[in-house]
Amino acid sequence: MRSAIHFASAALALAALSFGAMPFAVAADTPDPAADAKAFQKFFTEKFPKVKLDDFVNGPYSMNEDMHRQWEEKEQFPPYDFSLDLGKEMFAKPFKNGKSYADCFPNQGIGIRQNYPTFDEKEGKVVTLELALNRCREANGEAPFSYVKDEMAALTAYMAFTSRGKPFDIKIPNDPRALEAYENGKRYFYTRRGQLNFSCASCHVQNPGERIRAEVLAPALGILNAMPIYRSEWGGMGTISRRFTTCNSQIRGVPLEPQSDEYRDLEYYLSYVSNGLPVSGPGARP
Amino acid sequence: MASTIRVRATSSGETTEVQALIQHPMDSGYVKDAKGDLIPPHFIQQLTFEHDGKNVFLADWGPAVSKDPYVKFSFKGGKKGDDLKISWVDNKGASDTTTAKIQ
Amino acid sequence: MTTTHDGFPATRRLMLKGAASVALIGLGNLPFSVAPAFAAANDKYPEDAFKQKSDADAVKALYGKTAEPSDKVKMDAPEIAENGAVVPISVSSTLENVTSISILVAENPNALAAFYLIPAGTLPSVANRLKMAKTTNVIAIVEAGGKLYSTAKEVKVTVGGCGG
Ligand code: HEC
Repeated sequence: MRSAIHFASAALALAALSFGAMPFAVAADTPDPAADAKAFQKFFTEKFPKVKLDDFVNGPYSMNEDMHRQWEEKEQFPPYDFSLDLGKEMFAKPFKNGKSYADCFPNQGIGIRQNYPTFDEKEGKVVTLELALNRCREANGEAPFSYVKDEMAALTAYMAFTSRGKPFDIKIPNDPRALEAYENGKRYFYTRRGQLNFSCASCHVQNPGERIRAEVLAPALGILNAMPIYRSEWGGMGTISRRFTTCNSQIRGVPLEPQSDEYRDLEYYLSYVSNGLPVSGPGARP
Repeated sequence: MASTIRVRATSSGETTEVQALIQHPMDSGYVKDAKGDLIPPHFIQQLTFEHDGKNVFLADWGPAVSKDPYVKFSFKGGKKGDDLKISWVDNKGASDTTTAKIQ
Repeated sequence: MTTTHDGFPATRRLMLKGAASVALIGLGNLPFSVAPAFAAANDKYPEDAFKQKSDADAVKALYGKTAEPSDKVKMDAPEIAENGAVVPISVSSTLENVTSISILVAENPNALAAFYLIPAGTLPSVANRLKMAKTTNVIAIVEAGGKLYSTAKEVKVTVGGCGG
């Protein structure tokens, strides 16, 4: 059993986490995403030899047995069910102009979650699923949704559900801008920031499975595969955008705007290094 | 239109297992909102399950039942295709009812 | 959403009463020795029991008697709650003639969390999810043959998350 850390101050709690050497050098030599992903997955499978590769997508639940049982109980009738049904209904309902979401996506939007984010070579930028959904709305004369919860969570929940079990398949096209976006995302992930001077990796690479106050830290491998999630802590659903901004606030850093270039690149990096792990969203979390 | 009640009732021949999930805030009255004001209590008080004109389960709930509450029980009898009627009423007098088919 | 704000809770309550008395007739010849003023004997929402602070007072208000510990009451609860807002708890019993099951959380502001009426033909087993304010005992009470039997288990609740 790992020891629980419950200090009143987050700073103290964080100080108790361990920080070995970073497992991977940050952008030292020529970028090689494929080699990155391999090293990344090797790091986690060696650190947690008992956890099956596909199980990493269950985040904190993959790290702790007592919690895994609570998760199984929840999955009997998961709290994201309402959102999922809403998403299905919304997805099927045509816009005022008669078109629908299905018209904006390959394969009518069914079973394609594993391909996002994509790199749009026309725009020269990363396009996430959340962004694509709002662009679809705007292109059809509808107002965009808030990125963090409610409708956006419902739509992405439904799209993830139709893709469950499909391995993440993020592509980096032969375009220097795509590689740059990937490298930017990677740099963002390993850069320390905020009053507490933490990087995303400090928690999700160096300390997965450890408790930080009440929460068990999720491993960075497969960390987006279950999105969107119903989090009991939120008492509701949240998207990738919501999770990114709340994690930034957690280290007393200033969160960026949802779907800013930095977050898009970050999502691109995190998704790419989880290639091969299945879509499991929508997920339920503590 | 979406109901606030989700039910899964499955008959094994001898018994029927019922699981229900209800969309409800279940505010306890002890939690503050973002502005620091107490959110007044708002929770389901009674939940009933009726099969074949007979109550097969009745729940009395206080505010300590979790948001979007879940309950599971089993009763003897119940065939595939039978109706199961579920109703709840909360402390503000709001209510909802749905009828589900046993699978 | 079809939530009706019917504004006539009294009517609604009457309806529920009607449904439950049918169920009580169904109980027929079971020993039913509990005084009718207590919730265990009728379908009325036990307002008073839910208002009590301590588990002992809640049990008194609910049943008018006390429970004895029994290994025939089984409770499944996590050791450490992943989140105090959603703690999965299930209770079952091997006792005969179970008529109700209640679950209390000792140090919640009001101890009684849920009361379940088990009509004849319904199995003495229930699962639900409860809120817990802090680390404390969860108590399950099974009413069988007019007597009360209990079990308890401590569930640890760590401080709420980082707010994220
Ligand atoms: C101080 C430690 C800490 C830092 C730094 C941190 N997080 Fe988190 N993160 C958490 C905690 C705690 C949770 C909730 C428990 C869990 O699932 O890990 C979480 C959850 C997540 C999740 C959801 C995981 C799941 O399976 O539900 C994602 C995605 C995530 N963080 C991404 C990030 C990103 C991206 C960064 C950097 C911007 C970051 N985190 C920085 C502590 C941290």
